[in-house]
Amino acid sequence: MHELSIAMSIVELAQEESARRGGVQIKAVHLRLGLLSGVVKDALLSSYEMACGNTHLEGSRLIVEEVPVIVFCRQCDGQRPVHSTQMFSCSECGTPTGEIVQGKELLVVGLEVEE
Amino acid sequence: MSPKTRMIEVRENVLKQNDIVARKLRQEFHDAGVFVVSLVSSPGAGKTALLERTLTLLRQEFRVAALVGDLATENDAARLARSQAPVRQIITGTVCHLEAAMIQNALPGWKLDELDFLFLENVGNMVCPSSYDLGEDLRLVAMSVTEGEDKPLKYPTIFNSADVAVITKIDLAAAVEFDAAAARQNIQAVRPGMTIMDVSSKSGAGMDEFLEFLKSRREEAVTSRCTRAGSASS
Repeated sequence: MHELSIAMSIVELAQEESARRGGVQIKAVHLRLGLLSGVVKDALLSSYEMACGNTHLEGSRLIVEEVPVIVFCRQCDGQRPVHSTQMFSCSECGTPTGEIVQGKELLVVGLEVEE
Repeated sequence: MSPKTRMIEVRENVLKQNDIVARKLRQEFHDAGVFVVSLVSSPGAGKTALLERTLTLLRQEFRVAALVGDLATENDAARLARSQAPVRQIITGTVCHLEAAMIQNALPGWKLDELDFLFLENVGNMVCPSSYDLGEDLRLVAMSVTEGEDKPLKYPTIFNSADVAVITKIDLAAAVEFDAAAARQNIQAVRPGMTIMDVSSKSGAGMDEFLEFLKSRREEAVTSRCTRAGSASS
């Protein structure tokens, strides 16, 4: 359960961005969360609220976009969704592949601020 | 009435601080010529036993050291110290995983260029360590025969973050009716092409192959570093 420390890093990062922009009030933080990031969305959401306490982000929302796992399939010579995280194979032709193209993201991609 | 909002685009990795430190460590390790192996597993899978045996055997030929992470106690460092190798305990308190900064803070006083292998034993945890780069060259995930063959399916992320899987306590396989083929199939399902080794730290079964594997991976890494350094200077 490391979601609280991840949430604190998100708050810290957002505060730095806010400070860089003259202290704008942040209403929401948008995050891209890969299914292979090792971070659980629900745990992160409840940790976020806690991490925001007594900071400029108190009352802000965390908006999480979950990112599916995409692999590179040599058979199809292209990027394909993975069959499942329990079965790393191309969802189209079934060839096993461990070449992960997407799915490990833990990225802050946007901040919603007051006009 | 809620005030209007606008969107500011950013693109920042939440773990960038850890990644920055990990990159720095990796560079330091490369420059010093030390090969760094981290170990992850659930609590009780036998990381410390595997490491104790590994340190004892590798010490005959190589200069080895280990850092070991736990929430509390120095017990593991005391066990590993029986190998006569330099060992340091990292006590993480309430933190359930090692982070790159903890490694950085534990290193002062050790001369990295006088080491061939450095081992980093993570806190027993199959979830959280997967998110944190420690600057290692090789990440080893261990699972014991007593844990069940479906462990890889339950924790695909940690298997995916690792380079090699070691099945430990293989001497108990028959007693617990361990289905080796199913375990291997499950590992391959979540990490196609992964190298898998069977060991028993107690009986020593599989240790020769395991040590050979470590030596050859070190050799490859050191050679490629030299080649790169050579081509960079020419």
